[in-house]
Amino acid sequence: MTDKTKIAAQFIQAIPHAKALGLQLTHIGHGEAEITMPYNEALIGDPKTGVIHGGAVSAMMDTCAGAAVMSHPAAPGGTATIDLRIDYMRAATPGQAITTKATCYHITRNVAFVRATATDEDTDRPVATASGAFTVEKR
Amino acid sequence: MARSKPEPMQVVKQRRDATLNALVGGVPYIQFLDITFDRRGDELTGVLNFDDKLIGNPFLPAIHGGVTAAFLEVTAVISLSWSHLWPLIESGELSPEDIEAGNMPAFPKTIDLTVDYLRSGLPRDAYARAYISRAGRRYASVRVEAWQDNHDKLFAQASGHFLMPQLKTE
Repeated sequence: MTDKTKIAAQFIQAIPHAKALGLQLTHIGHGEAEITMPYNEALIGDPKTGVIHGGAVSAMMDTCAGAAVMSHPAAPGGTATIDLRIDYMRAATPGQAITTKATCYHITRNVAFVRATATDEDTDRPVATASGAFTVEKR
Repeated sequence: MARSKPEPMQVVKQRRDATLNALVGGVPYIQFLDITFDRRGDELTGVLNFDDKLIGNPFLPAIHGGVTAAFLEVTAVISLSWSHLWPLIESGELSPEDIEAGNMPAFPKTIDLTVDYLRSGLPRDAYARAYISRAGRRYASVRVEAWQDNHDKLFAQASGHFLMPQLKTE
């Protein structure tokens, strides 16, 4: 791991809510990040089916998008979400982990633009997609 | 024809509060975030009870943006479900026992949600209220606002679309 990757991985671990969700950073660098959230019964949104709540997916996508921004070579430091739109395509399959891939596809001095997709084990059919704008914090 | 006598206040309150508790208490994720609801008549206010595990930036510190999004979404879904079920609750067609027994109508499904982050969420309780812009038979459009100390200073707002469950009685 490069220094920046190591720092980013440690940073994710230092986020109390990321820890509470059990998020694992599996890839980061060059404006891209991948985060996995293991299936957890505490995060169920529909007790009848055991499907994970959309809010937990949102929290994971927001974290992943932020990580993608921070990993961009042109990003000097931290970031904060300005806005995030999430589209829910389908319920995640109960019992399966959910993985989000986020790409920071454009960055200016002040604003970073990110897209993200979340899938379960069926990677061909997205569970949710997100797009958002993030602040670019000066170091 | 003589008007029927109004129900005693305690009966009304007990029925409404028990139904709301059954609706909210059945969802593990709402318990995980420790979101509760204050009720005044049919009006609901979501309360995000602060805990350290909700922190997203430990240096500020600030509430995680994802928690804020989830709080707004939970408030929207519960408020929408509540207003959808209200006639059934009042008529007695749906009782708290029904909900606890799992005979609960499905929740509205989120189609999309757009969240605006207006200021950072401080490490303390937050409140949210949903406004149903349109509740159609299949789709609903909802706006949600969240604030902390001062209702005039929102820290986040969202707007979203939801797919409504089809009630069996229809």
